Amino acid sequence: MLKQWLKKQSVDSKFETLRFSVAIIIALLVAFGLILLVSKEPFEALRHLFLGPISKFRKIGNVVETAIPLTFLGLSVSVMFSANQFNMGSSGALFMGGTVAAIVGLTLPLPTGIHPFVALMFAGVVGGLITSIPAIIKLKWNASELVSSLMLNFVALNLGLYLIMNHFRDPDAGTLASFKFPETALLPTLIKGTRIHFGIFIVILMVVLIWLFLAKTKWGYALRMTGMNMNFAKYSGISTAAVILYSQFIGGFLAGMGGAVEVLGMYDRFRWQMMPTYAFDGVIVAVLGKRNPIFVPVAAILLAYIRVGADTMSVNSDVSYEMISIIQGFIIIMIAANAFLKHYRQKMVVKEATSHD
Amino acid sequence: MQEIVKMVDILKVYPNGIVANQKVNFSIVEGEIHALVGENGAGKSTLMKILFGIEQPTEGKIILNGQEVKFANPQEAIKHGIGMVHQHFMLVPSLTVAENVVLGDEPKKAGGLLDIQKAIADTAEIAKRYHFDIDPKAKVEDCSVGTKQKIEILKALFHGAKVLILDEPTAVLTPQETSELFKELMLLKDKGHTIVFISHKLNEVKEITDRITIMRAGKDVGTYDTDKVSKEDISNLMVGREIVWDLDKSKADPKDVAVQVAQVTLVNEHKRKLLDDVNFSIRRGEILGVVGVEGNGQRELVDVLTGLQQASLGTITINGENIQRYSIRKIRDLGLSHIPEDRMTLGVAEYASIEENLMSIYFDKPEFLNGPFMKLKQINAWAKEKVVDYRVKTGSEKTPVKMLSGGNIQKVVVAREFSNNPKVIIADQPTRGIDVGAAQFIHKKLIELRDKGCAVLLVSADLTEVMDLSDSLLVFYNGKIVAYFEDASVLTETELGLYMLGLKAQSEAEIRRCVYA
Repeated sequence: MLKQWLKKQSVDSKFETLRFSVAIIIALLVAFGLILLVSKEPFEALRHLFLGPISKFRKIGNVVETAIPLTFLGLSVSVMFSANQFNMGSSGALFMGGTVAAIVGLTLPLPTGIHPFVALMFAGVVGGLITSIPAIIKLKWNASELVSSLMLNFVALNLGLYLIMNHFRDPDAGTLASFKFPETALLPTLIKGTRIHFGIFIVILMVVLIWLFLAKTKWGYALRMTGMNMNFAKYSGISTAAVILYSQFIGGFLAGMGGAVEVLGMYDRFRWQMMPTYAFDGVIVAVLGKRNPIFVPVAAILLAYIRVGADTMSVNSDVSYEMISIIQGFIIIMIAANAFLKHYRQKMVVKEATSHD
Repeated sequence: MQEIVKMVDILKVYPNGIVANQKVNFSIVEGEIHALVGENGAGKSTLMKILFGIEQPTEGKIILNGQEVKFANPQEAIKHGIGMVHQHFMLVPSLTVAENVVLGDEPKKAGGLLDIQKAIADTAEIAKRYHFDIDPKAKVEDCSVGTKQKIEILKALFHGAKVLILDEPTAVLTPQETSELFKELMLLKDKGHTIVFISHKLNEVKEITDRITIMRAGKDVGTYDTDKVSKEDISNLMVGREIVWDLDKSKADPKDVAVQVAQVTLVNEHKRKLLDDVNFSIRRGEILGVVGVEGNGQRELVDVLTGLQQASLGTITINGENIQRYSIRKIRDLGLSHIPEDRMTLGVAEYASIEENLMSIYFDKPEFLNGPFMKLKQINAWAKEKVVDYRVKTGSEKTPVKMLSGGNIQKVVVAREFSNNPKVIIADQPTRGIDVGAAQFIHKKLIELRDKGCAVLLVSADLTEVMDLSDSLLVFYNGKIVAYFEDASVLTETELGLYMLGLKAQSEAEIRRCVYA
């Protein structure tokens, strides 16, 4: 059975599966080794790392809550990377999305239901505009979107902070935070005992929409072809300039909306004082999820699981949280390293190429 | 003479599955100038990249002075006295000549700083020894192309090259620079250096080389003493004359003009005229062949006709519409199909499936759309049909194109380009590097479309192909049309060769016949 199935797979998909599995296994072995080295009670630490996230109902909730913004970010990066646009502006778009949602929540008197919807749309559009700036600069002056988007993140972060801290700051809040949002603006919590909120439906809807968009629509097709070979897309008559623009707008829209969902779902005030720690994790999620909208939430949950596990471990054992960042970094390097196991792949290719003749 | 380099049974399979060298044997003796000739894609460059350590062979051995060697990178090859001058120069423009020459093995002062005075002196010394007229203190960006090439050669000599590989060194040179280069190469030979000269300009090969190795489709087809083979023999061996072409082709019946090219000129950023006042017509129901030695304007002609580049001057009309400033999409909507020269960069997205590659010019046609959604079921059925019609050998239409052989990839391109009732077909090297079966299939399809009233422009470096397939023929030399033959069937290759090499040209009036009203 397995043999037959293996035979049907192409060299590449066989190789990808192999590489992915080996990467995860090596990373886990390294994790295991590191924990053995630094911990006096390594097995206790490992138990918290791997079972912590499912030890309590609340912890499972934590995994889901963490996975929601990660999914938005992962989708955002996936769309842009699918078009071969290396825009890193998702974090800036997320931050400004949260800011805009807070401002809409505080300033527009709207009824329940409509209020968060309007906030999300504004946030999405502002997020999209932010990531469109590198796209426009690239089209006009051929500047690398990678560099300009990274720089733009600082603009977005500080613009957001400026707006909240100078115009919407609640002096009685005790910490640096905005005024309290009206009830109408909030995304309601769904499950008691957790903070899982209505945003989960929005993120599921977005996963489906983005999957439909990429796989089924003409725009998605044009986007994917541009990403795979821009010369081919141009030669076929596809407007690659349009693709460069709309792929990055949609990417920013998703991140902006994710920021709004996070702010209105998890908090009652705008509480970000700096870029949230997960803001740059969109790339990790997109790479792990192979830029496939269906796999993105899975990758997001996996990453959220590791994060919550790491949290639990650092609280309950003598292994610090930093250790887990090292392990994560290792997994990503293993997966991102294209040439990893390349000799083995070459052997597979030679076998395939010479067996045809 | 002593054998200096021997390459035995070299097999090279690239990571994308392309077999570039199939058990190639290649040997050079000390002190000779050895030509390596073959069509593009025949595997010459790959073989030399292996010798220079840029690529590693999948199988096979390299024997240098009787010892087996393995080069993991060019540095190791350089250490063993092998140097290579690439077609595209690898110089740092903002540095001086001397700085470029010593780069990688710089003379150093105490403390590890570059000893610039010694670098200049060394460069001047080596330039003098080989009679190169070069100022070591000049900036490379201010040097002419010919001088840049000399710097490349000096660099290789400075690093101790005994064997010098020159990859199409004359492609970028003017005739005067070429003759100067040849003088220098003869001098190098006299001083005991061994030179490998990669080229497909046969008259140059005849002029300067002692022996010649011919490659075709990844294999070597023999090594000869240059003075014992004629240019015709060489070109026959390059393209493989023994192939029997059973083309069932009736005489053409040309109708009205479909494409009119008038006074088209294309100037590149170095102010060189790549196309120089080109005028001709492509008529419905004929295959118009275009021949010329590579780099004489054929590629640029295809680019301006298909909208990949804008002509600097002149007009192109397709079915009466001036296509200036038209997008590729708009030109395609006029009924133009394009088989590109390089299928992997333009013709396909290799990671996408056969189906996705087939649909790239159809996916947003009304019959395949339901609002913004593509009718994927219909598209799939259509793609299945095309895979069968065009005999693409594959298990499924969902297979990535990357996994197909060259011939089958070309069939995917052709299936796509021929399925929209094209009115004009620009076929650029339509059968380059593919097997005979696939090539014949594509030839038959081209004739079929011609008979349906399609206007076909066929550009090919394969003389047999152009001569058998074309009804009439244009010869390009130096960006200009130098000959027009209304009936291609009466031509001989030798005659064509004279025009291609610029040794002969028709009169203005004779050439003008290719413009029809």
